[in-house]
Amino acid sequence: MTTEVGSETEVKEKAEESAAQPDQSEKAAEENAEVANAEGEEKDKEKEKDGKEGKGIARYLPTWLKKQKSQSQTSPTKEVPPTEEAVNKVTQEEEGPAPEVNGHAEEVDEKEAVKSEQVKEKEAESHSNASADTEPAKEEKVEESAEKSTEEAKVTTEGEGEEEQKEQRGKEEEEEGVGGGGEGQTSIFQSPLRLVRKTKMKLVVCHVNLLDGTDFTCEVEKRAKGQYLFFKVCEHLNLLEKDYFGLTYTDTHEQKCWLDPTKEIKRQIRSNNWQFAFNVKFYPPDPSLLTEDITRYLLCLQLREDVASGRLPCSFVTHALLGSYTLQAEFGDYEPDQPRPLDYISQRTFAPNQNKEMEEKILELHKSHRGMTPAQADAQFLENAKKLSMYGVDLHHAKDSEGVDIMLGVCANGLLVYKDRLRINRFAWPKILKISYKRNNFYIKIRPGETEQFESTVGFKLQNHRSAKRLWKVCVENHSFFRLNAPEPPTKARFLTLGSKFRYSGRTQAQTRVASSLIDRPAPNFERTSSKRISRSLDGAPVISITEAGTAENGREFHSDSKKVKEVDLSPGDAEATPTQSLGASEPAPAQDHDKTQEEVLKHQASISQLKRSFMEAPPPSPPQPNQWEKRLTSSPATTIRVQQHQVVSEPQTEAAADDNTISDTKEPTKPPVVKTEMVTISDTFAAQKTEIATKEVPIVHTETKTITYEAAQLDGNGDGEPGVLMTAQTITSESLCTTTTTHITKTLKGGLSETRIEKRIVITGDCDIDHDEALAQAIKEAKEQHPDMSVTRVVVHKETELEEED
Amino acid sequence: MAGLMAGFGHYTHAVVRGIPASLAKEALRSNPVEVDLAAAHREHESYVEVLKTKLGLEVVELPADESLPDCVFVEDAAVVCGDTALITRPGAESRRREAEVMKGALKDLNLNIVEMTDENATLDGGDVLFTGREFFVGLSKRTNQRGAEILADAFKDYAVSTVPVLEGLHLKSFCSMGGPGLIVIGSSEPAQKALKIMQQMSDHRYDKLTVPDDLAANCIYMNLPNKGHVLLHCTVEEYPESAKVFEKLKDHMLIPVSNMEKVKVDGALTCCSVLINKKANI
Repeated sequence: MTTEVGSETEVKEKAEESAAQPDQSEKAAEENAEVANAEGEEKDKEKEKDGKEGKGIARYLPTWLKKQKSQSQTSPTKEVPPTEEAVNKVTQEEEGPAPEVNGHAEEVDEKEAVKSEQVKEKEAESHSNASADTEPAKEEKVEESAEKSTEEAKVTTEGEGEEEQKEQRGKEEEEEGVGGGGEGQTSIFQSPLRLVRKTKMKLVVCHVNLLDGTDFTCEVEKRAKGQYLFFKVCEHLNLLEKDYFGLTYTDTHEQKCWLDPTKEIKRQIRSNNWQFAFNVKFYPPDPSLLTEDITRYLLCLQLREDVASGRLPCSFVTHALLGSYTLQAEFGDYEPDQPRPLDYISQRTFAPNQNKEMEEKILELHKSHRGMTPAQADAQFLENAKKLSMYGVDLHHAKDSEGVDIMLGVCANGLLVYKDRLRINRFAWPKILKISYKRNNFYIKIRPGETEQFESTVGFKLQNHRSAKRLWKVCVENHSFFRLNAPEPPTKARFLTLGSKFRYSGRTQAQTRVASSLIDRPAPNFERTSSKRISRSLDGAPVISITEAGTAENGREFHSDSKKVKEVDLSPGDAEATPTQSLGASEPAPAQDHDKTQEEVLKHQASISQLKRSFMEAPPPSPPQPNQWEKRLTSSPATTIRVQQHQVVSEPQTEAAADDNTISDTKEPTKPPVVKTEMVTISDTFAAQKTEIATKEVPIVHTETKTITYEAAQLDGNGDGEPGVLMTAQTITSESLCTTTTTHITKTLKGGLSETRIEKRIVITGDCDIDHDEALAQAIKEAKEQHPDMSVTRVVVHKETELEEED
Repeated sequence: MAGLMAGFGHYTHAVVRGIPASLAKEALRSNPVEVDLAAAHREHESYVEVLKTKLGLEVVELPADESLPDCVFVEDAAVVCGDTALITRPGAESRRREAEVMKGALKDLNLNIVEMTDENATLDGGDVLFTGREFFVGLSKRTNQRGAEILADAFKDYAVSTVPVLEGLHLKSFCSMGGPGLIVIGSSEPAQKALKIMQQMSDHRYDKLTVPDDLAANCIYMNLPNKGHVLLHCTVEEYPESAKVFEKLKDHMLIPVSNMEKVKVDGALTCCSVLINKKANI
């Protein structure tokens, strides 16, 4: 419970899921209620709509609008009139149709009676439970709330928590009842036929472009999930080791995206273009460990295309060598009497810059493979291809913090940074504590090195929000697949949820290897030739389509998987509950050190324990973290200390003021912030008194104040349609004992000037009194150490004192 | 047939070049030291002798050029990997012409020649560390980013990572390969820092062998038929402590090679030859 008395500065938004009915028309969903778009990915634009009457018009507002408003600390109801446009816009912006997320967002307007809120929730719940069509429960809560008024807030919170639990249970039961609609998706042994409910759904014809160039056509129910189609394709291919593969589609932005198995196809493609391509999604680092030749064959087909298109660069000799294995696999031994052998070679593409010389070399090498079986030739092909430095690296265009063009490569081992062809940095998965994105920025948080004291965060700028999200998803999936023993387990509904629910939903490499070892069937026969793809007609027309070469690239987009929620739970007792399973443990053994500097090793191992923290937390929903945070606080005893720091980069300062429309008078400096001036502002909504402390010393601040301050999104007029100018917001969570620190970075840009605002939130929980003054002092001190250039502009302390059972 | 990246350290040929008299006075050097030309000649002769007689390599001996005082350090003029030879554009203007003769010699060995024609690019072979799986290119006074890019383009199969060289002339002034997956590294702080960077940038795991003297960390590893692991390294006279470290390598055929004179003009062991594996060529 907060000790604060609410004021109009508080806004509480709560997004909660309910079982929305996916099969209701989108329209219905819209009207019905709410989309809690729990996907962190979509949080930016996130929005929730709640059509329930009586909930206030705020429900019609897209979140970003609300965000702005809420940031200005005004009740949404007072602010923006809902406009049709706004809603439409949101709908368009969402990557998934609103109904896709089965949650509903509820905003709790502080003015609303708590009771009625609960009643409504119940209604919603029963409604959803009654529905036979519930999709897998999506446990996600977007909490965006300012502090609620004391008791009331508390009650509300508790009530909601319970509701949610109930709802969750209900949904779980339902899932089971439905038979695999939800859980079944994670089991590959589940019959595909059970994945879709038997209703009189319309059938749609899907076209899937296979790796050999042929098309596979099949009918699926219109509401079928991605997995259904994928299973159909694998069945057609007679493929068991399917976890390395996936289906891609082209989205409305002409980007290739991975079809999320757990979601309805229709809602992903968002068009009537039911065209897909079957591709390798995870390139096995050691293809020789694959169990079946057919799997290796398919991998070969993908790699041939990768090589031929230039996506997988290799030298002349390697091109020739790989080409020669391809010939051996497809045509068998070199036949000296074969007429015009160069003809059929030149009709196929082995390399982007193929020439006669290369073709001759290919032939020459082909001769040397005499006696090699197709399977052996494929294996040799893979043994060579896997050593290529760009094997399995998924490249994404980006810019570094200085605006220099770079490429980010995601692979089995981690994240690689390239400038032109040069590798300029590398972040192995074990070094990365967290991946996040916000807007078009992508962040990785790096474990401190031996000599460093603090974790560092590296940011990259992507072309747009979608590409940032896509990169983030690819990272999440690659990390999960290659580094974890098992996907992050689905967690129970938790009261506090932060970030995206998107998680990798398939089996990890470790799991798929185990599964592969259990394959017990005679090696399937399959036609090993790409002649279907490549015309071998004697007219010599080289027919090869490289158009789909980009399929696997740039297109890794998934929609969220509700079942794999990993929450970042910041409430007491759960601080340690969110580690990514094997992140540290599976780190390769340190290299043998002939100098026996074992201390390094020990140190290294010691630091592994630090990994017990949130790893892949998605960015907070777009209304900045504060909302969720405060909501969270209402249910747990905590003291929050926020330290805001400003770093103004050559910016005329009226902007900062504009950014911070804190109605609560927090006195955001309306004067130009002084760069490198240390100042602490203590805002106090009540007293409305501002204290500025020039600090060299750590200020000790009394903390009766409870103010919610939102980072106001800057309304910039540069009409790109992007509301708000929250360029970045990142939540970093780490726990030690009962302290949770969150850093929230806001970057505002206007006319080339930028301001970086860092907001630190420290939540300290405990049963006894906490010396928050000291904690604050410490926080400021640490912040200063980390960001000596910054000036502290505001400190807000929020104290709550009631204990609540954690569910 | 050797596949991609097979046979690290397998060499059949070596290209070396004579010492011009101008080396004594005109060769570039970080510290002004007198070079005993006669001693340098003797030293180089025994170096070549080791390659030729002791190790049985086919040695191509290029004649010295008086107008190129540093020409004995052939390593800087070319980077050979597999059957591709990158003819470099050395960072020191006075050394640019060294590449010409080298190019001819490598062409005669039927290597695919790639030339660095970009006038903004510079690269000394001494900044290029090939580990068998990837390249590290030191960005030094002699080698720039552009040069590294061209190298990456020439050897597309391999990852090419850049490493800042803050002290010393070249990357290999304080490190080299001592075996497959074994990096020999000097113990100075810049050397250790560079190693850390290399380890971080690599997908592969490397063992390290730290020697007390940075310059002693420059050695030549080969894997030769009938001889196995061969290591040409510093002598006890030059670096007693470092030599002791090398002596701990039990699996290697250890061949101390004196480099006392050439080191005065910043020449290390690797600098004096370009090693080539003709058999590996597919």
